[in-house]
Parts: sequence; C-alpha cells; structure tokens
Amino acid sequence: MSESCSLLHAALDDDDRVFEMADYQGPVARWCAGCGDHSVLTAAQRLLADEQLRPENTVFVSGIGCSSRFPHYMKTYGFHGIHGRALPVATGVKLQRPELDVFVVMGDGDCVSIGAAHWIHAIRYNVDMVALLLDNNIYGLTKKQTSPTTPQGYSSNTQPLGSWLPAMNPLEATLGVTNASFVAQTAEWVPAHLFATLKAAHAHRGFSFVRILQRCPHFTPDIFDQAVKDPNRVELLEHPEGIAAPGLEKLYTHRIRHDPADIHRARELAEDSSTVRLGLFFRDERRPRYEETRELPHHSAADKIEVLEEMFERYAV
Amino acid sequence: MAMKLPTVGETPAADREVRVRTVSDLSVEVVSDSGEGAQKCGQIFGAVSAKMGNGVWTVEIIPAEVEPPPRSPAGASGIRIRLGDTEVTNWGDETDVAVAFNEQVLLGRHRLGGLREGATVLLESMWKTHPDPDIQTQYRAGLEELQEAGYRIVEVPMEEQCLTVVDNPRRGKNMFALGMLSWMFERDLDRVREQIAQAFRKKAAAVTERNHRLLELGYAWAADHLGERWVVPTMDEDRPHLVMNGNEAVALGAVAAGLELAAMYPITPATSVSHMLGDVFHRFGGVVHQAEDEIAAAGVAIGASYAGKCSFTITSGPGMALKTEFLGLAIMAEIPLVVVDVQRGGPSTGLPTKVEQSDLLAALFGQPGDAPHVVVAPATIEECFHVMTTARRVAEALRTVVIVLSDANLATGVAPFPRPELLPAWQGGPPEILPVPDGMAPYQWDPRTGVSRRFLPGQAGGEHTVTGLAHDERSKVAYDSSINERASAMRSRKLAAFASTLLAPDVNGDAEGGDLLVVGWGSTKGAIEEAVSRARAEGLSVSSLHITFLSPLPPGLAQIFSRFRKVMTVEINYSDRKGDPFVTETNRRRGQLSWLLRGATLVDVDCWTRVMGEPLRPARIVEALRDHMPVAELAAAGAEVAEL
Ligand SMILES: Cc1ncc(C[n+]2csc(CCOP(=O)(O)OP(=O)(O)O)c2C)c(N)n1
Ligand code: SF4
Ligand SMILES: [Mg+2]
Repeated sequence: MSESCSLLHAALDDDDRVFEMADYQGPVARWCAGCGDHSVLTAAQRLLADEQLRPENTVFVSGIGCSSRFPHYMKTYGFHGIHGRALPVATGVKLQRPELDVFVVMGDGDCVSIGAAHWIHAIRYNVDMVALLLDNNIYGLTKKQTSPTTPQGYSSNTQPLGSWLPAMNPLEATLGVTNASFVAQTAEWVPAHLFATLKAAHAHRGFSFVRILQRCPHFTPDIFDQAVKDPNRVELLEHPEGIAAPGLEKLYTHRIRHDPADIHRARELAEDSSTVRLGLFFRDERRPRYEETRELPHHSAADKIEVLEEMFERYAV
Repeated sequence: MAMKLPTVGETPAADREVRVRTVSDLSVEVVSDSGEGAQKCGQIFGAVSAKMGNGVWTVEIIPAEVEPPPRSPAGASGIRIRLGDTEVTNWGDETDVAVAFNEQVLLGRHRLGGLREGATVLLESMWKTHPDPDIQTQYRAGLEELQEAGYRIVEVPMEEQCLTVVDNPRRGKNMFALGMLSWMFERDLDRVREQIAQAFRKKAAAVTERNHRLLELGYAWAADHLGERWVVPTMDEDRPHLVMNGNEAVALGAVAAGLELAAMYPITPATSVSHMLGDVFHRFGGVVHQAEDEIAAAGVAIGASYAGKCSFTITSGPGMALKTEFLGLAIMAEIPLVVVDVQRGGPSTGLPTKVEQSDLLAALFGQPGDAPHVVVAPATIEECFHVMTTARRVAEALRTVVIVLSDANLATGVAPFPRPELLPAWQGGPPEILPVPDGMAPYQWDPRTGVSRRFLPGQAGGEHTVTGLAHDERSKVAYDSSINERASAMRSRKLAAFASTLLAPDVNGDAEGGDLLVVGWGSTKGAIEEAVSRARAEGLSVSSLHITFLSPLPPGLAQIFSRFRKVMTVEINYSDRKGDPFVTETNRRRGQLSWLLRGATLVDVDCWTRVMGEPLRPARIVEALRDHMPVAELAAAGAEVAEL
C-alpha cells in the first residue's frame, strides 16, 4: 500500500490522524551500542509509518532474550511473554481479534531451540502475522551460550571447544513444513533490504517468516563480519515477484534469479550455505489460513441462551 | 465365611415365583471387555432411571488401555449405576446386581472388592462351551471362585440369544443386557426406547431399530427366566432436571459462562470436555483450539484473553505441569485465564483414567515465584456447570488465573441436577474498545483491593507492553526493586479482598461443635456427607464441612474448628499413616488439604486418605470415622499403654 493510499484509508475510516515514525517510538532502547536489533527496530517503525498502521491496532509479541525486549521500545500494544512461547500467544491474539496487525519478534534460541515446536506448528497454522527471527547465532541475554544456529566450531561459554554440531538452518526447516506460505531472509546491516522485506512480509496474507541476520557486537562480533565487509559474499534473490530493494544493485553484484513460487528451488537455495542469500525464497498466497477457517460470527447472549436451552432438552428429565 | 450358593438354572416361567423386593438404595454394574458397549448400556439405564424419578449416580469403569487384552481381569470396562429413592450424591459402596459379559472381567471387579457378598450376577454362559478348551477351563475355574465368594450367579446365554437378531453379537449384547435390567427394575420400556433413539441419533435409523429389538429380546428373556425384581421407589420431583456427567457440565457451563475460546491438548480424563465443545461450540460462536501441546494451549488462551474476553484451557495433571510457566506469566501480567484441571492419579502418567485429588498443592503453589491466584473445586456435577461462570467472572474481575479442580469422578459420574435458569448476564458483554482516558495507567491498582482495569489492543491511548518482568503501574520494567515489593503486594491483595466477599462454609451436622469435624474438598462431598449421616445415626458426634474455594480460603475456619475436639480431612491423595516405619508427627506426609489447613488455622488437622484409583466409598469413610473418633483414639492409645 502506498502512503497516499494508506492516508486515504485512514480518512475513510473517519480517522484523520497521520502517524510519523516518532509516533511509534517508545523509550530509548537499551540494547548494546551497535547491536543489530536497533536497525530492526528502526525498520519496523518506518514500516508502521509507511503503512500508517494505527498504534492501538498493532501488537508486537515476543518471547525472552535481548531481541524480545523489542515491544517495550515500540509505542504500540506489546506482549513480552516467556522464552520460546511468543507464537502461541500471537496465535491466540489473532484468533480472538483477526483485525489486529500482529508482529512476532524472536531470538534464535527463542524460536529455533526452546520454541521449536511452536515454530513448526505456527508455519503450518499459517495465521496472518509477521514473524521475525532475529538470528545472532548466539544466546545474547544469558551471555554467550551456543544456540542451534551457532556455526560449527564456534566457541561459547557452554561449548568452549566450539559448537559440536553443524548449525541448524532455519530457512531449510521452515521451507520443509507443510503449508509454509512466506519465507524470506534479510540482514539488518542492509537497511534497504530489511525494510523492503518487512514491507513484503506485512503485505503477505499468512504467516510471514523472516529470518534477519543480526549482529551481536558484544558476543559474536566476528560471525557476520565477512558478509558485512564484503558484499561479494552476499547473493540477492531477484524476481519481479520477489523483494525489490532499490539502490542495492551497485553494491551487491552477485544476484540470482529465483521465482518465489518454486518451492523446490527455494529449498535448494536455502540448503546451500556456501553464501549468504538475501531475498524472498518462497511465497504462496493461496495456502489456507487457520484463523480464517476458524472465524465465527458473533452470537448475542439471547441467541446463545436459546441454543443452550435447546441443547438442554437432550439432557432433560 | 461366604457360603457356596447354587447356580440358578434356566427355570421355565410357569414353575417360577418372581420375588419382588423394595429397596431404597441399590447399585447395578455392567462389565465387559472394552468395546462391548457396557457403558452405553449403563448410561441409558441411568438416564431412564433419572427420568423415572430415581436418584441416580453412575460411574464408568475404564481400563487404562483402549483395547486391553480381552477376557482379562485388569481389562474390565464397564459402568456402575447407583439408584436411590432420594438424591444420590456418590457411587456408594459395593454392587448389588451385576451383568458380566465374561467371567474374567467379573473376577477383576470381585478381586477389587467391587461386589457385595450375595450379589446377583447375570453371567454370559457362552464360554462354558467355547471351542477353545483353555477358555472352558478358565470359565469353570472362574465360576467356582465366584460361587465360593457367595454371589448368586445366573448363567445367561446372551450370545446365543443375540444371534437371533444380529450377526455380530459384540454389537448388541449391551442392548440385550439393557433389556434384562429393564425387566428386573421395572423400567418403562417406552422411555428406554426413546433413550436408545437419543443415544444413537447420529447413527442410521436401522441401528436404533436393531437395538430396540435386542432390548425387547433381553426383556422377554428375563421375564421368562429370572426370578428377582427390584423396586426402588421414585421421587415426585416437579422441578425439571438435567442428567449429564461432570465434563459435559463443564462444557455447557463454559458456554453459559460466555467463554468463547477453549485451547487444549488431548489428555484423559479432561478430553471429553473438548469433544463435547467440538460438537457444539461453533453454534455459540466458540472455538476449540487443539494446540500442539499444553504449553501452546495455555499460550493461545492467554493471547486470546489478553486481546479480549477471558478464554480457558482444559487439561489434567501432566498438562498442568507443562502450563506452569504460562500461569505465572498470566498472574504476573494480570491477564484473566480459566484453567480446568480434571485430576487423575499421579505423579507422572499415574492412573490416567482414575480419580485422585493430588493436584491441590501443585495448583496452589506450583508456580515458581509468588503467584497469587484463585483455586476453586466443584463438589457436584451441578457445580461443574456453575463453576465456569464463577471462574470467568472472578478471573476478569481480579485479572488473574482461576484454576478449577475437577476430577475423574466428576468427569465421568452422571447425575441429575436442577435445570439451570440461564441468565444473559452470565455471558458477560463483549469488551468495549474505547479510547483510554488521559493519564490512566494499565495497572492503576486500587491500593485497598489491588484491582485495576485492563486495556485491550484497539483502545487508543492505552498502548503499553505487558511483561512477565517485574513492572510498575505503567507496565514499565521495574529496575528499582522497591517497585517489586509494591506490585507483589497489589497482586496478593486481590486475593485478600476477594476472600472478604466469601462466606464461612456451612457445617453439615452440629454447627455448635462436637467430637469430630471432617473437612473435604471437591468430588468427595457426597460420599463424606453420606458417611457422616450414617455415623451420626450410629450415635457418633461427627459433622463435616466442605471447602469450595481453596485459594483464597473462606473466612471463619479457625473459629469453626475450635468447636470440635478433633478435625480431620478426608481426601483421595496419599498420606503416610501414623505408625508407618520412620513416620513421626513431624515428618509425616499428610493429605494435601490438611497441610493447607494446618498452615492456615494452626489447628492440628489430621487426615484419612486413600489412593485406590476409585471414588471413596461411604462405608469405608464410616469405618475411618469410627477409628478416628477422639474417644477411639484415646482407647487405642490406652490399649497400647496397657500392653507396655
Ligand atoms: C524457560 C526459560 N529457560 C531459560 C531462560 C533463560 N534465557 C533467557 S533468554 C535465553 C536465550 C536468549 O537467546 P536468544 O533467544 O537467541 O535471544 P537473544 O538474546 O540472542 O536475542 C535464555 C536461555 C528463560 N528465560 N526461560
Ligand atoms: S548482547 Fe548482543 S544481542 Fe544482546 S543487546 Fe548486546 S549486542 Fe545486542
Ligand atoms: Mg540469539
């Protein structure tokens, strides 16, 4: 939706408020200086202003971790819950109030480890929400423990000799789940791409899963270093149906054409971790959405009592 | 010693005198292998009896596996129906009349002490001539054991009879049995036919028709061959009643309470609530969400509550354990939530289909951190219905978690209760999404009551982030620790304020006091009160009291207790017995309610508890009361002294 279009909507809704980015900004974020979470916060605030989302109709749900502090720094409704369980809460919010705009913010430990069951099932439920995985390949808040996405051999406080196993690949896992409908990857150090990805994710009707590669200068300053410094280590997925981030062509010369309708190719691209790929891996608007199948008309108290009385007859003596 | 009674043969009608006995209270049991429909038979029999004006309580006998090995004592599947000439509040003691589809399941019931000495047993006789000689041998041995135990055994060729109507007698014996019982208890056949049609309404009409024929066959066979009939006088009850089990009552109660989202993960014995809701909830705009696990079920319910009307989640012990962290969050963030725990035997997988009251302390104190919330236990099937409205309203008014502790006894017990007069107010209106007045905080705690008004998404000006972190009125993270002290006080105060609205419980018996006061909670109320009235008839000075709100406790308990020489709880959970090896007054592990009451009242509350995987029997409670009378205990202690 273009800005003018959103403004028109606002006007039709008999609401002439116009929101600036500042209208979505909460208290000053308490992340470390240089933490990638700051850029995601800015991108989200920019998206909300761009889409003119009403702060009161927008809910940010998170788990526990550095990244999960996110809702506190937004001036919308927020739900900072428990470790790993943001997705069930968000599902409940949408079942109750499908009209709300719901964003979920999770860390890699939060989503891929402790919350893995909910993650798999949320993909299948395909409830309309934007799910952001802020993947710094480490447990930040609890001070540098290995996460499922920590690269093999990378040393942490729990595995000082280096992570024992190959890292789990969240894109591959997501694309493997039945009913996945939107899978993208972006990086917080490429703000234009980050913003364009959030925009596409929000526009998608369904569960939009976005893995955001996120730097943690405090604990894993080196992990994304090469990709940050050398754009040639990054490959952009391009397609008319994909994510377009203008202005990146000059810097990122490695580009690959990928039709986001092609799930097999998407899986191949996701599986190959020799290079960092940013873009839309897969999108399918036609997948069933759980909240849609479960949406029921409201019944008045009097109607309900009438039906209940009728049901009582079955048990009446 | 039991004497050996002769087996009653098939006496032709003409030579037979039919003996009719009038009794005020009697229990009937139908037992079979799993899948043979004994429960359906008993449910229909119970419902018809209730409709005819008997007091009724039925309990299902459920083996732990879906299909346990056939013809095995541990695999007994069935149902017990207790009939009375007044209201029946519990499953009673032993069974007087049993119908068994094989001798092994009957042996199972016998060995558990389920049958009364001299009970009449109608036993399928096909095993006597079964092609497998081992089965024949088992049958003869079983029959002998049962005869020695003193039962009046009538061998009935059920299979042979049923084959005259159906090809597969496994599907039909239950209706034949229903026919026999209908004759023996003079049930109104039209009503039985009607009830059968109702029970099989989802099946093809031919099924009902076939079942009617089997019913009539059983009835006619009994009329031709049996020599005993019973009359249990009926009551003149004008008020309309409903007959259902406790889980159905919870489900319909949830609808009456205006709850609209039930999130669950299947677990016995809670699941049938969601089966029922799955069937009907959509007609009320309600949704049953079957989540990926119990944690997610709690999360979905909390998310939905956070965004609007209070939601609920249903589970049993193992699921409660998984929900724990989320309950703490709901309490901390002050999000209303109703949790129904249909208790079963524990710990771990325990006795999945059997009753226990062992989750009380976990429900009260199982959430790490200080987590004040409400715990309420319905005592009857009627209360299972009404507790849901209470729970939703209290959860919303106090912005907290309300745990409803039902159990397997209530879940599967069926009894009539007065038809509720439904009020629209119980539904609660849809939440109002209005702008929040300037300056109002999301936790604007009333300093006297701790109560505050929550803002819902959509309310402009109310934007804030709820959090499980310690927080202040504005839901800002409490970096200053004094805020935590105050916020904890506010959450706790809600319970004290709520307790001040509760009434002191009534004493059943002598309110002025006496020798012994029995205290119970949850589903044991009927059995305890029946035991107390029997004991009082024997001249014992015993009274009882039943607690509905376990958190917060009602006022006045210490004062009531002070009027009795001794106070003890009766519960279905484990406790060490006095005199067990190494057990002392200090290290004795007590019944869960008695722990709670000792702490709350400083009275030396004793306990008598059992975990037999079955509801308490009034006769056993009476024995326990006799043993625990202060005089009896003194005498026992005296005898010990004399022996020294
Ligand atoms: C049930 C539970 N277990 C463990 C923790 C401790 N804990 C808090 S955050 C966290 C991991 C954080 O890592 P991640 O999810 O990657 O988020 P990040 O801090 O890196 O953004 C852990 C283990 C907790 N809060 N709750
Ligand atoms: S520890 Fe890492 S992830 Fe956490 S705030 Fe600091 S830089 Fe960000
Ligand atoms: Mg992390």
